Amino acid sequence: MLYSEKVMDHFRNPRNVGEMIDADGIGEVGNAKCGDIMRMYIKVKNDIITDVKFMTFGCGSAIATSSMATEMIKGKPINEALQLTNKAVVEALDGLPTHKIHCSVLAEEAVKAAVKNYFDKNNIEYDKSLYCANDCCACGNHDNE
Amino acid sequence: MDCIYLDNAGTTKMSDKCINAMLPFYNQIYGNPSSLHTMGQIAKEHLEKARQDIAKCINADNNEIYFTSGGSEADNWAIETACKFGKLKGKTHIITTAIEHHAILHTLQEKQKQGFEVTYLPVYENGIIKIEDLKKAINSKTCLVTIMFANNEIGTIQPIKQIGELCKTNNVLFHTDAVQAVGHINVDVKEMNISFLSSSAHKYHGPKGVGFMYAKKGSPLFNFINGGAQEGNKRAGTENVASVVGMSAALVEAVSEMQKTESIIKPLRDKLFAELSKIPHSKINGDKQQRLPNNFNMSFEGIEGESLLLLLNDKNICASSGSACTSGSLDPSHVLLAIGLPHEVAHGSLRLTLSKYTTPQEIDYVIKTVPSVVEYLRKISPVWDELEKGKRSFILK
Repeated sequence: MLYSEKVMDHFRNPRNVGEMIDADGIGEVGNAKCGDIMRMYIKVKNDIITDVKFMTFGCGSAIATSSMATEMIKGKPINEALQLTNKAVVEALDGLPTHKIHCSVLAEEAVKAAVKNYFDKNNIEYDKSLYCANDCCACGNHDNE
Repeated sequence: MDCIYLDNAGTTKMSDKCINAMLPFYNQIYGNPSSLHTMGQIAKEHLEKARQDIAKCINADNNEIYFTSGGSEADNWAIETACKFGKLKGKTHIITTAIEHHAILHTLQEKQKQGFEVTYLPVYENGIIKIEDLKKAINSKTCLVTIMFANNEIGTIQPIKQIGELCKTNNVLFHTDAVQAVGHINVDVKEMNISFLSSSAHKYHGPKGVGFMYAKKGSPLFNFINGGAQEGNKRAGTENVASVVGMSAALVEAVSEMQKTESIIKPLRDKLFAELSKIPHSKINGDKQQRLPNNFNMSFEGIEGESLLLLLNDKNICASSGSACTSGSLDPSHVLLAIGLPHEVAHGSLRLTLSKYTTPQEIDYVIKTVPSVVEYLRKISPVWDELEKGKRSFILK
């Protein structure tokens, strides 16, 4: 099979899926042109991510990586969420096919984008080097095409 | 496995007639057709009978049929031949379309590296070339026109007879990749002035790994595999007798049932179009008339094809898509882009291809299932969310 049992489980039964009306931070990465967009919502209280939601347009692994990423940051301090790597998401899903690794990069970027949005809204200083400025389908900072 | 198989443009189930025709050649008539003994000669007779039967199905002569490992080999062989002989005469220009199979496109890309010039004809929104464009593209250096008979993704049928006539008038070799057409719609190599044609058995309920090339008598033909004297000295290697016999049985069956099959599956396909078109913001891809009777292809805005396929698979429906994720690259299908679909819409395509084994009950189940899966994926899609809230404009009305 193309995907591991874990990937299929998260794809079929995505955790924390849906819209969050009163989010403290919203991040959206990817591009419809490239075939995947992830939107991540976070609720923050005392520097802890108390709730997470996501919406994803994309393939099976895009939905599964978004789902897994939300589980991995829920209940965690913001600074810990920022340490989330795509590699950790892939490992938690028992691996992804090589050509799907970019989906996990997108999940990592979506988390960071949501946190950045929270920081920006609340005038909190952060390390700008954490954010990729490249125009690529993997990290998707180019949704104006 | 109990599934609703609607990926018949990918491959087909072998027919019982085909399997039964093949079986004796594995353990009873297993002689080498090149051997002098009776068993070998009987195998040879069956091989030649198969050639004769196949030739009849496309109105060719026996000695114009060359057995190959499939459609890709035939495509490669025809192009190599035309290029080799074209070059000898200083002709280094090839004309094709933007929607060919990769067996054609990738071979032509190699030819471009070798100095050949390739013109890719546009196919417009309906997926069909304009004869005027071809007329303009042919020049004194043109050695080959290679245009597929019917497209594997959107099912559109090209004006093959008119293309053949034009090539004949201009004395240019005409190859057609007819992998999706042979056994499904009428193919007549004489009436259509075809110089080379590729066909693959597994697209019409025959075995995988076998196909044939038709090469018109008098056309140049380059020796593709050197070795023994098989296939008129042009393609060496002990013949795959069982598969060739199976291919012949499958093709004869498909051609004899062609009208009946069409009368059953076309209404089912049209029902799919009619019912699934009710899904808002969807679009039929390809021409509605000039189209294979078994081909359905639609795009649904706001969703991505691979996730659609995986969910349909969970509901026992085997389907296909032109999304990037199913192609293994970041770009969606070159065919869908060539008919002018924006990337966003091409990613959300669904292809269903029927066969004579498809039942009305299966189609009803698909009609019931697809809308709910599309609706679910739209519900979790940020693209759909933006479309609904007016933050993004709908591409499909």
